[in-house]
Amino acid sequence: MSATTGPVAINTFREAVRDRVLYNLIFFALLMMGAAILVGEISIGIERLVIIDLGLTAISIFGLVMSVFLGVGLVSKEIEKRTLYTLLAKPIERWQFLLGKYAGLLITLAVNTAAMTLGLAAALFYVGRPFVRSDASILIAIYFILLEFALITALALFFSCFTSPMLSTLFTIGVFVAGVFAADIRNFGALAKNPALKGIATLVYYLVPNFQNFNAIAAAGHGDHIPASLVGQNTMYAVLYVAVLVLASSAIFSRRNLK
Amino acid sequence: MTSVSAKRISWVAAAGIPLLFAAIAMLQGRIDARIPTPAAGQENLILSSAALIKKFSLGYEPLLADIYWTRSVQYYGDRVGVRGSKFDSLWPLLDITTELDPKMIVAYRFGAIFLAEPGLGGADRPDLAIVLVKRGIAQNPDNWELNADLGFLYYWWMRDYPASSQAYLVGSRNPKAPPWLGMMAARIAQKGGSIQTSRMIWSQIYDTTRDPTVRKRALEMLKGLKAQQDEEQLNQLAETYRQRMGRNPASTEELRSAGLIGGTPVDPDGFPYVFNANGESKLNPKSTVSIPREPKTPPQPFK
Amino acid sequence: MSASAIEISELTKDYRLGFWHNRVRRSLDHLTLKIEDGEIFGFLGPNGAGKTTTLKLLMGLIFPTSGTARICGRPIDDVKVHAEIGYLPEQPYFYDYLTARELLDYYARFANYNSAERRERVNRFLELVGLASAANVQLRKFSKGMLQRVGIAQAILHDPKVVFLDEPMSGLDPIGRREVRDIIHNLKIQGRTVFFSTHILSDAEMLCDRVGVLVEGKLQGVGAPSEMVSMQVNAMEILFELREGLALPATLAAAKSIGGRNHVEVPEEKLYATLDELRKCGARILSVSPVRPTLEDYFLKLAGKKPSAPVPMEAVSR
Repeated sequence: MSATTGPVAINTFREAVRDRVLYNLIFFALLMMGAAILVGEISIGIERLVIIDLGLTAISIFGLVMSVFLGVGLVSKEIEKRTLYTLLAKPIERWQFLLGKYAGLLITLAVNTAAMTLGLAAALFYVGRPFVRSDASILIAIYFILLEFALITALALFFSCFTSPMLSTLFTIGVFVAGVFAADIRNFGALAKNPALKGIATLVYYLVPNFQNFNAIAAAGHGDHIPASLVGQNTMYAVLYVAVLVLASSAIFSRRNLK
Repeated sequence: MTSVSAKRISWVAAAGIPLLFAAIAMLQGRIDARIPTPAAGQENLILSSAALIKKFSLGYEPLLADIYWTRSVQYYGDRVGVRGSKFDSLWPLLDITTELDPKMIVAYRFGAIFLAEPGLGGADRPDLAIVLVKRGIAQNPDNWELNADLGFLYYWWMRDYPASSQAYLVGSRNPKAPPWLGMMAARIAQKGGSIQTSRMIWSQIYDTTRDPTVRKRALEMLKGLKAQQDEEQLNQLAETYRQRMGRNPASTEELRSAGLIGGTPVDPDGFPYVFNANGESKLNPKSTVSIPREPKTPPQPFK
Repeated sequence: MSASAIEISELTKDYRLGFWHNRVRRSLDHLTLKIEDGEIFGFLGPNGAGKTTTLKLLMGLIFPTSGTARICGRPIDDVKVHAEIGYLPEQPYFYDYLTARELLDYYARFANYNSAERRERVNRFLELVGLASAANVQLRKFSKGMLQRVGIAQAILHDPKVVFLDEPMSGLDPIGRREVRDIIHNLKIQGRTVFFSTHILSDAEMLCDRVGVLVEGKLQGVGAPSEMVSMQVNAMEILFELREGLALPATLAAAKSIGGRNHVEVPEEKLYATLDELRKCGARILSVSPVRPTLEDYFLKLAGKKPSAPVPMEAVSR
């Protein structure tokens, strides 16, 4: 990390910690404890499946909420509170600032997710299941969830570079939903008679981030093997998409008048 | 006017973003190649409620599947054995569960037993049970248990012995399948239905299921089948007794006095068998064992 | 270096207003200004005159509609300029989850100090702005005046050549204001250039080599404080107490009594005569202060508007 981006990232992480963002872990811990104790009562034959599904779903939802709401605030909060004025008077480029804020939130999300992963492991241990090799797919599913966070955060950052936090939140959630339905957009295009409509649907399909790529919760629950090549492709996909968004954010934000 | 670095970044963005998107599209093509492209047909659109729920689960299908599975089990548990019960929602519940999580073997296997069961024990829809299990096999081609369940459904409810034998044969080709699948395929092909075969099938269900409700049902069936076999034997002995003594035996005690049996035969619950006025062997009225009934409805053709 | 510390040339900033961005408001109008090395320059003007806009343009926070500026010979859109400058924004606000020490350490990371140097510097500057005892308190518990001090510390922490201060005295009590004046004065002694904006005339009068006056985006004039019209005194105000039972002489009949104290305004040339008379009747002098037209009056005059009635200086310099 560069000499200017690093301190910004660390400070962003510190802000999240001091503003008690990580308190969400308590809810996660309670959820996992409750699930571990109750699962035997309500679900038959699939205790481990329920724990994995519930744990991964919670990790994903908690993280997504954090990605969106902290993501849209990364830049806007600094502008609104005018903390950015003093910082940008230091020898730091605006894109370095953006990168630092982005990296800081990713660190926060990674730490948060790591803690939740430990909670999930503890719950699995509690329901009396020795860890086996196929559990690697749980870790891969969590890694995919992290990639998803990286994408969502970049989206939130991108929108917040040119619009209000509320609109940014709406846009980010909108693109997320569109990304979940990506395949349907393509199928719609495949069914369309009109070639223009077909073209637009195909274009939109490749333009919106495809969040279906990152969904491996089901595979993790059943201990299915996730091929290494898919891990590589998903990583690459996230890296490229994040690069697009950070680049676009930098270009927009570097031109922005700060009120 | 903007700053130098802003201009520089804008140029990098203008040149880089289209390139990056080209790479993203290529990569997406690769990722899509992993899953079969959906057929471009109307059936891809949102039609059944299961598909609708899947659409709105926003990627969280597995957890929803768990919830629906739990609901299915509770739904069945609340109604089984209760007078006047109907199981109309069991199919939609299992349908949604397996649609949301096509890998949930336990749901298919549950459906294989209780969708087919008539009366107060299930939905009396062996046809739907077969649809469900076939879907399970399509989604989980390397699971032999579902093939065995399909074989069971054809054997027990449909009396379609060639289809049953075929299902066991397909399952037996799975390298993970135990040898009894192949044996079952051969046996059904050769002899069709017999109590002995039925007992083998149920005892395999009993051994392989992880679901306590299914296991309990299998145990009942095994007891009933054992009792049915016992009764057939006792009826044969009664016939011998009739020929020898010129009258029907009144109890198993008389068979023993005549030296036809060595002790007092009891059913799997431990109650001695009795004879009715026609000299037919019957279960003790106190016994909870029940002889499996023949499926009332003749096998229906289905698609 | 031969270049001036700050060279501003025809700097103009328009803001677009309205839903369709179709109305234009000119916030800064062709500002041309040169400030030499080692100078303390006071940028005066009423609120909304364009002082903050100028500073933000120089800091690269906003971008000019037209015109250019250079600091230490470099164009302002070169980020390397920022290594040479310090900036205190108007009403600064900082990460309130950090302590004063953490905040200064954070900013020090953008200058190339090692950790020992950083620690030493942070301590030194906390001491300088009088926050050593509050160093480990989170900024959310700081008063406005304390934040102002932190802001000044971060602006000068890295020994910048040119320091920009936007209303550095605002929010400070009289003691704080004197301390800030001392800090600015010390910066001058160290040979640094200070460019600060204020709407309080006395601050500029005490510190500046030169001042510039900005009204409605236009520079009205630049010069030494003494050249400014408003520095001329209209009258002297005397505040005094009388011992009980004593009467005022007829010459002081104009004196008004408020809360047991008396005060009177006399022309400057009659000051000593009046003081003599007060001594004769045994009055105790509490204060003598010049009465000046307020800065607002002065600015209004420059803008061609009628001034309001004069009021004592302290009333406007909150």
